[in-house]
Amino acid sequence: MTSATDTPKKSGGFSDIRKMFGGGQSTLRQFGILGSLLVIILIFQIWTGGLTLSPTNLINVVNQYSYILILAIGMVMVIIMGHIDLSVGSVAAFSGIVVAKAMADWNLPWPFAIVLGLVVGALIGAWQGWWVAYVGVPAFIVTLAGMLIFRGANQVVGQSTTVPVPSEFGVIGAGYLPELPIALPFNVLTMLLGLIGVAWIIWNEFRLRGQQKRTGSDMAPVWVSILKVVLLSAVILWAAWLFATGRPGTSFPVSGIILVVLVIVYSFVTNKTVFGRHIYAVGGNRLAASLSGVKDRRVDFFVMMNMSVLASLAGMIFVARSTASGPQDGNGWELDAIAAVFIGGAAVSGGIGTVIGSIIGGLVMAFLNNGLQLIGTGADLVSIIKGLVLLLAVGIDVLSKRSGGASIFGIWSRRRQARLETAVPETPAVEPTAGTNETSIPADNRQP
Amino acid sequence: MSLNPPILEMRDITKEFPGVKALSEVSITVRAGEIHAICGENGAGKSTLMKVLSGVYPAGTYTGEIWFQGELVEFKDIRASEHAGIAIIHQELALIPELSITENIFLGNEIAKGGRIDWTEAKRRAVDLLARVGLDENPDTQIKHLGVGKQQLVEIAKALAKNVKLLILDEPTAALNEDDSQHLLDLILGLKGKGIASIMISHKLNEIEQISDSITIIRDGRTIETLDVAAGGVDEDRIIRGMVGRSLESRYPDRTPKIGEVFFEVKDWTIQHPQVPERLVAKGSNLNVRRGEIVGLAGLMGAGRTELAMSLFGRSYGTYLGGTIIKDGQEIVLKDVQAAIDHGLAYVSEDRKVLGLNLLDTIKRSIVAAKLGKISKRGVIDNQQEHGIAEGYRKQLRIKTPSVDAGVSKLSGGNQQKVVLAKWMFTDPDLLILDEPTRGIDVGAKYEIYTIIQQLAAQGKGVILISSELPELLGIADRIYTVFEGQITDDIPASEATPENLMRRMTSAKKKANA
Repeated sequence: MTSATDTPKKSGGFSDIRKMFGGGQSTLRQFGILGSLLVIILIFQIWTGGLTLSPTNLINVVNQYSYILILAIGMVMVIIMGHIDLSVGSVAAFSGIVVAKAMADWNLPWPFAIVLGLVVGALIGAWQGWWVAYVGVPAFIVTLAGMLIFRGANQVVGQSTTVPVPSEFGVIGAGYLPELPIALPFNVLTMLLGLIGVAWIIWNEFRLRGQQKRTGSDMAPVWVSILKVVLLSAVILWAAWLFATGRPGTSFPVSGIILVVLVIVYSFVTNKTVFGRHIYAVGGNRLAASLSGVKDRRVDFFVMMNMSVLASLAGMIFVARSTASGPQDGNGWELDAIAAVFIGGAAVSGGIGTVIGSIIGGLVMAFLNNGLQLIGTGADLVSIIKGLVLLLAVGIDVLSKRSGGASIFGIWSRRRQARLETAVPETPAVEPTAGTNETSIPADNRQP
Repeated sequence: MSLNPPILEMRDITKEFPGVKALSEVSITVRAGEIHAICGENGAGKSTLMKVLSGVYPAGTYTGEIWFQGELVEFKDIRASEHAGIAIIHQELALIPELSITENIFLGNEIAKGGRIDWTEAKRRAVDLLARVGLDENPDTQIKHLGVGKQQLVEIAKALAKNVKLLILDEPTAALNEDDSQHLLDLILGLKGKGIASIMISHKLNEIEQISDSITIIRDGRTIETLDVAAGGVDEDRIIRGMVGRSLESRYPDRTPKIGEVFFEVKDWTIQHPQVPERLVAKGSNLNVRRGEIVGLAGLMGAGRTELAMSLFGRSYGTYLGGTIIKDGQEIVLKDVQAAIDHGLAYVSEDRKVLGLNLLDTIKRSIVAAKLGKISKRGVIDNQQEHGIAEGYRKQLRIKTPSVDAGVSKLSGGNQQKVVLAKWMFTDPDLLILDEPTRGIDVGAKYEIYTIIQQLAAQGKGVILISSELPELLGIADRIYTVFEGQITDDIPASEATPENLMRRMTSAKKKANA
């Protein structure tokens, strides 16, 4: 039986494209989500007559959704662990009001205020993490309680009123990369950032190929690598150009930079560090992880704590953008963040999910929201459509997993591939261990 | 016996999955009132065949004919096959722990009038059924309070409630101890007396030899032969020859042990059950392991072997009450798993899917999972090194996979077990505790696992081998401890051990009472 898996996979032309995103289930899934994102952007670009991809709108999207995307970064780690955090909106609101109050009443300078906000987040996170990790109350309950507690605490601290923040603080939520005194018809720093991004992509691809060559692992053909680098570079440069040529005084938003930095840092943490490995290990099989020496409770604790720190950061960015902290800040954020993570391919049962996937999932929600608003859809309809998209995205995932594929896109490319290489049968994805007793109960028949 | 008319005939069953022919013109004939065993290595197609029969793979997804009680049948789903009188009992039980025995027995088959369940009648019938399967329990008992053996009996009662005519048992005794197994086998024999035919899939050849009337051997998705046990001449070696297509001269590799001095000692180890404080799962246990030695732990299910092993491994089980561990002449305190790993202990659990592996992960990530520190600097993992190490183990242990980037869930049981072994070899242990390392894997893979164990011993490592299969312990252990109710009852050199004296020491605490 296993001899079937011994035959090396022959690569057909089309299937190689998938290797652009590496191998494995989750990357394939991201490929599908990325496709959906492009389709959504394209549809709205046509529908709105080019408004979607105009500099002003792109800047808007970043300003409006960066804090949800920041939450999604923390939330995916929580969800990989098999937990959930419902308190992020309230925690964001509470940190926001504390920071605003500190600046208004004690004249705390804004850099210190930001530190204060992060410390408040860390303390709240430690509180919730302690309940989850060491007392053993399910995160759903702990954070539901936190949702109520910190919403109330926000109103206690702010006396249910709106507290304005000084304009210097506004930089993290509404600031832009500054103009350099160079007479060019675009924002130099933004373009520079784009170029750095391109350089990094090229360097990274080289490094990856070098590594794959040395280890002799599965390697994509050169043309796929080149195509990947060219496409990504083009997208980045084009986006940079759009951001750099917007309304005078605007460029790439500071909140966007914070987001990009966080994405890079957390992708690194989840992919490359021991701590990241432990998150996946505990989420995938807690018992096996703890019998391998992973201190699972400690991982629980830090992941929950990290989520609250990021929630505080998101809250501060929001306050900075709206120049005041109010009692209704952050209402419903937790749901947007959770939706983003699941659209981005995370599994409800834990163990599966990526930072980058969640960002793409968040962007799907963002552009959907934004596009619908641009064409003048009411908030009621937007909500319905967002709900349906979430259901559809996860539903497709569940269905395609049942039929053995990775996603709609995965199924489609599998069919293409099958046609391209009918002579070489692919590894059976449906029943890899057909006949072994270990897999004797198919999932559908577990219940009598 | 062979005069009985067939109750079931499967003719030329062929089942294909994309790219793989799982079954190729398999035929099998089961006669009324017989116990028919199906033997084959893992992946031979046994379970697939049973899934075809029970309707998991509905008619139309396979070719060939199924004749049941003289009629050509085409089952759409499990329900249809159950309706016809075929019940399949999986090795992983499908009972609901929070519900009572009665509720489970009639689940999906409730005795109801107009939607209202007649509990009096249900309970009355449940009592009947429990008597038939020889289970002396109150029918109101929740399933979670029953042991695996009793749960298995409830499953059979459930099948009987549906008026079963053909019972399919997939590895029914895999999780049972010898007593429960014997009881179950007797029950199957009893049902046979009442005209219920059984198909039994099992890796335990001694059981098959003991109770089956005929044996069909499947290899690589084909019927190899059908043996008539009554006609004689069928023994384990004969079955193995059919299964592997050659005769295995020896089921255990040869080895000349090179045993050094004692380097690992456990003294007065006492552990309390995590839920039941008055129960001690280890009562002042003493044991030692020498370098290069394979030490067996023999005991019945529930004797406390796994509990002992896990409590040694960083107190992963129960509450520590007392006792010391001495390694290389020094007392060590292992308060958590990390400490145990750091002190050179490794524990390969009996349940590789629940305790051993993260099934969502890839092979290479699984292999390095227990000692990430070895391939990381300041918390950052060196992917290249990781890949190289995984490749090394893939070659060394002959893990059958196209790539170490593949998911462990795609591997067969034997290869998954090799990944678990690699994971623990990677931690550079001095002492490996192997808990049922060959459970649920086929004869060929077992041989390879034995070879690996012996190589580890040859490197001067100590091995504690926990096994429920006495022949396995007798085959590869140098010395065997017997465990009974949390106590180590004896310490027998392999040269003096026989299944009989081991069994005696596994079932009684008194040392050589009747000798």
